[in-house]
Amino acid sequence: MVNPLDQISELLLISAIVVYAIAFIAFALDLARRSAESQAQVDLVRRQDAVVGSSRGGTALLEAPPAPPAAPTRSRRPAARTGIALTLIGAALHASAAVLRGTAAGRVPWANMYEFAMTGTLIMVVVFLVAQTRLDLRFLGAPITGLVVLLLGISTVSFHVAVSPLPPALQSYWLVLHVLVAMLGTGFFTLAGALSAVQLLQVRRSRRAESGRPERMKLLATIPDAERLENLAYRISVVGFILWTFTLIAGAIWANHAWGRYWGWDTKEVWTFIIWVVYAGYLHARATLGWRGTGSAWLNLIGYACILFNFGVVNVFFHGLHSYSGLPTGQ
Amino acid sequence: MSRPSDAQNSFADDAPVVNPRLGALEWVRWGWRTLTSMRTALLLLLALAVAAVPGSLIPQHSSDPNGVIQYQQANPGLSKVVDALQGFDVYTSFWFSAIYLLLFISLIGCVVPRLKHHWKALRKAPPRTPSRFTQLPASSSAVLPGVTVAQAMDAAERVLRSARYRTARYGDSVSAERGYLRESGNLLFHSALVGVLLAVFVGGGFTYTGQKILPAGQTFVNLQTSYDSLNPGRFFSDDSLAPYSLRLDRLDVKYEQQNVAALGQPLDYTAHVTTLLPNGKPEQHVIKVNDPLEIAGTSVYLLGNGYAPDITVRNTDGSIAFQGAVPFRPTEGTTMTSLGVVKAPDTGNPKKQIGMVGFLYPTAAERTDGSFTSIFPSVGRSQTLLSMQVFEGDVGLDAGTPKNVYELDTTGMKQVMGIKNPLQLKIGETRTLPDGLGSVTLNGVDRYAAFDIHHDPSQGLVALFVGLAVLGLITSLLVPRRRMWIKVRQEGDDVLVEYAGLARGDDPNLVRAVSELERNHHAQLPAAAREPAAVR
Ligand code: HEM
Repeated sequence: MVNPLDQISELLLISAIVVYAIAFIAFALDLARRSAESQAQVDLVRRQDAVVGSSRGGTALLEAPPAPPAAPTRSRRPAARTGIALTLIGAALHASAAVLRGTAAGRVPWANMYEFAMTGTLIMVVVFLVAQTRLDLRFLGAPITGLVVLLLGISTVSFHVAVSPLPPALQSYWLVLHVLVAMLGTGFFTLAGALSAVQLLQVRRSRRAESGRPERMKLLATIPDAERLENLAYRISVVGFILWTFTLIAGAIWANHAWGRYWGWDTKEVWTFIIWVVYAGYLHARATLGWRGTGSAWLNLIGYACILFNFGVVNVFFHGLHSYSGLPTGQ
Repeated sequence: MSRPSDAQNSFADDAPVVNPRLGALEWVRWGWRTLTSMRTALLLLLALAVAAVPGSLIPQHSSDPNGVIQYQQANPGLSKVVDALQGFDVYTSFWFSAIYLLLFISLIGCVVPRLKHHWKALRKAPPRTPSRFTQLPASSSAVLPGVTVAQAMDAAERVLRSARYRTARYGDSVSAERGYLRESGNLLFHSALVGVLLAVFVGGGFTYTGQKILPAGQTFVNLQTSYDSLNPGRFFSDDSLAPYSLRLDRLDVKYEQQNVAALGQPLDYTAHVTTLLPNGKPEQHVIKVNDPLEIAGTSVYLLGNGYAPDITVRNTDGSIAFQGAVPFRPTEGTTMTSLGVVKAPDTGNPKKQIGMVGFLYPTAAERTDGSFTSIFPSVGRSQTLLSMQVFEGDVGLDAGTPKNVYELDTTGMKQVMGIKNPLQLKIGETRTLPDGLGSVTLNGVDRYAAFDIHHDPSQGLVALFVGLAVLGLITSLLVPRRRMWIKVRQEGDDVLVEYAGLARGDDPNLVRAVSELERNHHAQLPAAAREPAAVR
């Protein structure tokens, strides 16, 4: 007996993957076009980089930025616009898939890995689209849609399970909250991680430019400079960090209800803790001489790697209380 | 822009320089400064993250004791090394403890001076107004007709105060600062972390955790001897156990019966219990998996369940060698095939006691090879099967050494019924044993609940500090710290007002805040001035 709603949900999800993949191509075309356009701007950006380079080192100073941060003008970019439109359509299909899956199961659609990947990637896309209304982050369209296609592809192929009811230990509001906040936090961390990655490329580019070597990734001239990317990444990870703190706490409360202890160094608890500590390190690095900039950007990426590891590897290969499918058997 | 007087971590950022000829005191000072520097804090945080990893790769005594045993059997050589490095107890190991203790010493050494500093800053007036606003990241100005300098100044102060700025007048200018909360929040967060750690440590000494397997119909009395196992904290004494009793009236279990993909998956466990406090009346309660019972300062959790066949072993003369419900351990969660041991000591001859070991199949089905399996987890009168091997000899109950109730040491015992010809019983059936050993009756199959009973008086305190930490964290990360200035000057008949703002750290809304300030200031002025004559 296959649940018909689940079947429709899966079809919708596959359509969403296809639409995201086309969006990825559109975003990639946009990046290629930027590369061609950028030559004219290169000189300008070089000048900016020089200023940014000299202002590094201040940490918690009340300091004036070297130049008023030019709000990125929302230039017309037909390919990027197409990408955004497609991402919106993909998100609509994706959301319907999640809603139907939830309806089929009669509960929230985040109770096993398949559902977690489905809803988690949906939240990533939504965070990206919402951020889009306030900032021009279309240059992140390609990495974000690329990552989502990859994650959704893996999870439909490898993690798909038939709809099944929740075992008693998982029937808890705190669990619903815990996982929801974890996915939201992950959405913000994804965006922040992508920004830090681009920031590192930007730094490399300006180093090359300083040493007079030829430009390799010209498209970088059309996106914000390293300093601005770093500030954006920080602001977004701060939200992610607060959400992750709630993840940790809601998880502890749930553990206390389900197993009678709020903290037991179970595998998943360990990794949630590691992620929290790495991101705390990242926030510290931003205020530590010699770590701000490249160092903190790397920490942000290491934090994100831990999140992916926690989801993809710890869930599947590590043993722990979180991986059991029913009540632990009597002693 | 010069460094503001309250730059909080200026003392920590300046990496200490090692002087080749240091006296002992300087060394101590240097060590302390290094330990409490931001860079050390960062390295210790990263070290903590790395040190936590092995505990997720190697099974831990605390969370997975069976895993440790399996690991040791699988890797005898390696596990000696792991054990020597306290790899099975990572989170209480000397190296893990060293890292977090250093981190917390660093934390205290870092927070205390900042607390002092902040306390002073809180009572200092905002800094002098800069002479030129144009270098500041956000500034604007307006020429206002029909107001006096005094009016503009009063309005400026009112506007800033109502926006919760702390203000000070310097000549014809108002200097204002807000966001002290940011640093207060940061300090609250870090101090609360110390509180969490202390509460966990001190509180941990007063906790106890015990396990009890209780078949339906039986009563548990909260005494040390009643527990199957008890893990007391450091400060535990017999008086720590609050007196009460708890009877398991019934354990209801629901299994999935419709959805084929999840057939037999448990949907709900509900334990109906009756509790009795000293001088109290019996009270009925329900315990569910995510819903413990709070009683007399303890929490009773439903952590497991299983079947306990109710068995009577009779000697040939009709006297009873054993009677009772024997908890079996589920070996398969989805079918509840369970393994157990029955020991019948009262046969009248210590050398001819009866020991039985075997499986309970709740809904038995015969495989093609003649062996049995269970196809559904619930018990039914005609489908349930108990199949056991029977041994004769000393069952080892009299030696006084504690024995695992799920194990029967058959060395020195004689097998009277083996795998080929097991003792098979359905509910209500009685079978006679060979060798004149008497008979065995399966009266029924009860359910049992596995309860965990916890007493942790520090939980409230831990929760309090966690709450404070979250409060501090949110304030510290989301409250912007800003300085604002309004400068007023007579220009002919009009008044020129200049506005400027400066943020500490990242403040995306600074420019907006300055224009808002300007708007609100105009709104506070007499009507004639509301329309600025010219904006420069
Ligand atoms: C248990 C270890 C620690 C943890 C988990 C931790 C966590 C954090 C977090 C999450 C933040 C950012 C949020 C905020 O500003 O409140 C922060 C900021 C800060 N921490 Fe810690 N911290 C720890 C230890 C320390 C130590 C030992 C020091 C001093 C050496 C320190 C100094 C600071 C400072 C100065 C900031 C402000 C940074 C800024 O202005 O952006 N922390 N810490």
